Amino acid sequence: MLSFVAQRVVKGVIVLLAIVVLNFFLIRLAPGDPAIVMAGEAGASDQIFVKQLREKFGLDKPLPEQLFIYVKGVATLDLGFSFRQQAPVARLIGERLPATLLLTLTAFAISLVLGILFGTFAARFAGTFLDTGITVFALIFYAMPIFWVALMGILLFSVTMDWLPSFGYETVGANLTGLAHAVDVAKHLIMPAMTLGLFFMATYTRMTRASMLEVKRLDFVKTARAKGLADAVIQRRHVLRNALLPVVTLAGVHSGTLIGGAVITETVFAWPGIGRLMYDALLQRDYNLLLGVFVICSAMVLIFNLITDLVYRLVDPRIEYAT
Amino acid sequence: MPKRVLLGLLLACGLTAPALAQEPKTGGVINAVIQPEPPGLMLAMVQNGPVQMVSGNIFEGLLRYSPKLEPLPELAESWSVSEDAKTYTFKLRKGVTWHDGKPFTAADVLFSMEMLKQTHARARTNLAQVDKIETPDDYTVVFTLKQPFGPFLGIFEVGSMPIVPKHLYEGTDWKTNPYNNAPVGTGPFMFKEWQKGSFIRLVKNPNYYEKGKPYLDEIYWQIIPDAAARSVAYETGKVDVLPGGSVENFDVPRLSKLKDTCVTGAGWEFFSPLAWLWLNNRQGPLADKRVRQAVMYAIDRDFAKDVIWNGLGKVATGPSASTIKFYTDDVPKYPYNPAKAKALLKEAGYKGEKIRLLPLAYGETWQRWGEAVKQNLQDVGMNIETIATDVAGGNQKIGDWDYDIAFTYLYQYGDPALGVGRNYISSNIAKGQVFNNVEGYSNPEIDKLFADGATATPDSKRKEIYDKAQKILVEDVPVAWMLELQFPTITRCKVKNLITTGIGVNDGFKDAWLDK
Repeated sequence: MLSFVAQRVVKGVIVLLAIVVLNFFLIRLAPGDPAIVMAGEAGASDQIFVKQLREKFGLDKPLPEQLFIYVKGVATLDLGFSFRQQAPVARLIGERLPATLLLTLTAFAISLVLGILFGTFAARFAGTFLDTGITVFALIFYAMPIFWVALMGILLFSVTMDWLPSFGYETVGANLTGLAHAVDVAKHLIMPAMTLGLFFMATYTRMTRASMLEVKRLDFVKTARAKGLADAVIQRRHVLRNALLPVVTLAGVHSGTLIGGAVITETVFAWPGIGRLMYDALLQRDYNLLLGVFVICSAMVLIFNLITDLVYRLVDPRIEYAT
Repeated sequence: MPKRVLLGLLLACGLTAPALAQEPKTGGVINAVIQPEPPGLMLAMVQNGPVQMVSGNIFEGLLRYSPKLEPLPELAESWSVSEDAKTYTFKLRKGVTWHDGKPFTAADVLFSMEMLKQTHARARTNLAQVDKIETPDDYTVVFTLKQPFGPFLGIFEVGSMPIVPKHLYEGTDWKTNPYNNAPVGTGPFMFKEWQKGSFIRLVKNPNYYEKGKPYLDEIYWQIIPDAAARSVAYETGKVDVLPGGSVENFDVPRLSKLKDTCVTGAGWEFFSPLAWLWLNNRQGPLADKRVRQAVMYAIDRDFAKDVIWNGLGKVATGPSASTIKFYTDDVPKYPYNPAKAKALLKEAGYKGEKIRLLPLAYGETWQRWGEAVKQNLQDVGMNIETIATDVAGGNQKIGDWDYDIAFTYLYQYGDPALGVGRNYISSNIAKGQVFNNVEGYSNPEIDKLFADGATATPDSKRKEIYDKAQKILVEDVPVAWMLELQFPTITRCKVKNLITTGIGVNDGFKDAWLDK
C-alpha cells in the first residue's frame, strides 16, 4: 500500500505541475489586462501608469520568464503576491479557507448523508409513492438554479419569518465568544449549507437508488435471503455496501471541488470563502491569486482522488492496490 | 505680493446650517454596505470607488467641496491665490495628528505630492501643472504653477489628493508596505479591523481636530456581493446605509417606500457621473458624422431614464453634466426622432453593415440598457451585434479600439479641464488605454479650446471657451451622450447629516450622527 501511495503522490506532483503550466497560459489567453483593469478603476489611464502597473505585476517580462518565476515559486510553496490586494496569495487563501471548508464540508455531509438515506429508502420502496416522492423532492433541488433556491430561502426564512440571518458568516459587531459564537455561526451556516447540500443530494440519491436496485438482483443477495437473514441486515450489509462504490467515486469527484465550487452560494449569502475570492480574482485578472486558487483546488482534487482510491479498498476488500 | 484671498471657512458653516437646527447626538454604530470589496485601503495606491468610500473616513485631503463645488477647508484651513493666478498658498491646520499620534505637518503634504505623482494617474496629470512645491514652515505649503490652471483649487479632495503619513511610507517599498492594509490617516475614523470577505470596521478617532466630531462610535462596512442580498440586508434591518449604486435600480422604488427610509440623490456633484456610448470614429459607418447623429436621434433616452433607471438621473445634453462648472444647454438638441435617424442613415449611405455593441458588464441595469439601445438602433435599420464580455475583457477591447459602439460612464470631477477634455482632445489618443479619447475624435479647434480653457482667467473667459467647445462637440457627436446618472443613497431616517458636501458618502462620515 505504501508504494501505491508513493507512486500516486509522485504522479500527482507531475500532474499538478502540468496543471500549473496549463493554467498559467489559459489565464493569459482570456482577453483583459490586469493593469488596464486597475487603471480603469482609478478613473484614469495614462501610458506611465499602465507601464508602472505592468512592471509591478511583472507583466513586462517575457512570458517564459514569468512562467519560470511562477513555477519556481510554486515549487518552493510560494504562491506569489497579489498586487491587486497587496498581500501574499497564500495569506489571502489561508484567510478564506476555514469559512469555505466549514461551508462545503457541511454541505458535503448533508448531501452525502441525506442522499444515501433517501436513495436507500427509494430503492427499498421502489415503485411506491415514497420512491416517487423522494425522487421528485431530490430532482426539484437539482433542477432549480442554486441562486434562485438561495434567494427564495432568504425571502422565506429571513425576510418573511425572520428565523435565520440572510448573509455573512457571523453577526458583525456582536463580538460573541465560545458557545454563543458557535451557535451564531451555525445559524448563518444553515441556509448556505442546505442550499448547496440539497443540490448535490439529488445526485447521491439517484446514484444510490440505481446502484442498490442493480445489486439487489445479484445472486449473493438471493443467497443472503435464502440464509434467512433479516431484510434490514441484507439491505445494510450486503446491498448498500456493494452499491456504494459508484457513490464513493462520485463523492471523490465532488470533494475535489469543495474549495472552489461554491461561488454562487458564497456570493448570494456573502459567505467569505474562496469561491468568491476566485471569482473576484477572475474579474480583476488577478493572475497570481487566480493561479494560487487553481493550484490549491487542483491539489485538493488529486488528494481526494487518492483518498477515494484508498476508501474503495475499505468499502470493497476485493479491490487490490495496483502499483 | 498682492493677493486675492479666498476663504472657505464660512462656507462650511453655511453648508451645515440646516442640520444644526437639530443638536447632533453622540454615539452609535452605523452599518453601511460597501460593494465591491476594496482591494486595499491605501487611497494613494488604489483609487477605485469602494476604496475611497471607506478610506475617505481615514484619510483627508487639503480641501473638501460644497455641493456647488466651492472649496471648503479640511487639512488646509485657509488658502490664497496670487494675482497672476500662478501661486497658491495653503495654511495648514495646527494640532492635527496622525492616528498613531505623530504630528501632521507640511512635510507630509510635500511627501504625498511626490508619492502621488508615481502612484495616482489623475493626481500626476493634475500636478503636471505644478512647477515647484515649497514648505516655508511646518504649516504652509506653496504651489507655484508653470502657468495659470483654472481648476487648480478643485483637485484637492481626499480621493484626488489624499495626504499620507511621510513617517510610515518614506524609504519603504510602497506597494508592499504593511500600512496599505491597516492605513493610518488624519481622518475622523481610524482603521480597526478587516475580515476579508465580511466587513471592515472603523472606530472613532478620539483625537480628531474638530472638537466633538465625529459623532459616531463605529462604522461597519459590510461586504455583501450580491445585489439582491444587499437589498434584503437593508430590508431586514442589518444595514442602515446603502450608498449610491449599492442596489439594482429596480429595487430603489421598493426600498424607498420602506418605513423610516430616507433617500437622497445629493453627494455626487463633484463626480457628476455621465453615461455615454463610445462611438468608434475611425472606421466603419460611425466614421461618418451623420451616422453618429443618427445614433443620437435613434435612442430614446427618456425611456432609458424613466424605465431602466426608474426615473433617476437626467437626459444628457452634451459632454458636460449640468452639475459641473461652465455647463451650458445652449447646444444642438437631439430629441428621440427615429424618422430623422433613418433619413440621416440614408443620406450617409448606410447599407446595413454590421455594428458591434459592447454593453457594460456592471449588472442587470446596464444589461437591460444595452438591450434597449440595441432595439432602438435596430428599429432605425442599424445592424447591431451585441458582444458579451466581462469588464476586463470589455476594457481591453475598448482600449484596443476593437469595437464600434460601447457603453461607459465616467466621473467629471467638477471642472471640464479635469474630467471632460480628456475624452475629446487628440493628444489623449493612445492605444492600449481606456478612458481617454478612445473614440479617436480629432479636431484641432477642440484641442485649442480645451488647452485655452484650462489656463484662461478669469472664469468668465473660461465659460466663453467651454460654451463654444460644448457646441462644437455636440454638433460633431464624437460620442453619444446618454444620461447624467443619479445614484441615490438610501438610509434609515435616523442617520442624520450623512451627506454634507459635493463628494457625498465618499467624503467620510465625520458630520453624520444617529438620532437614536
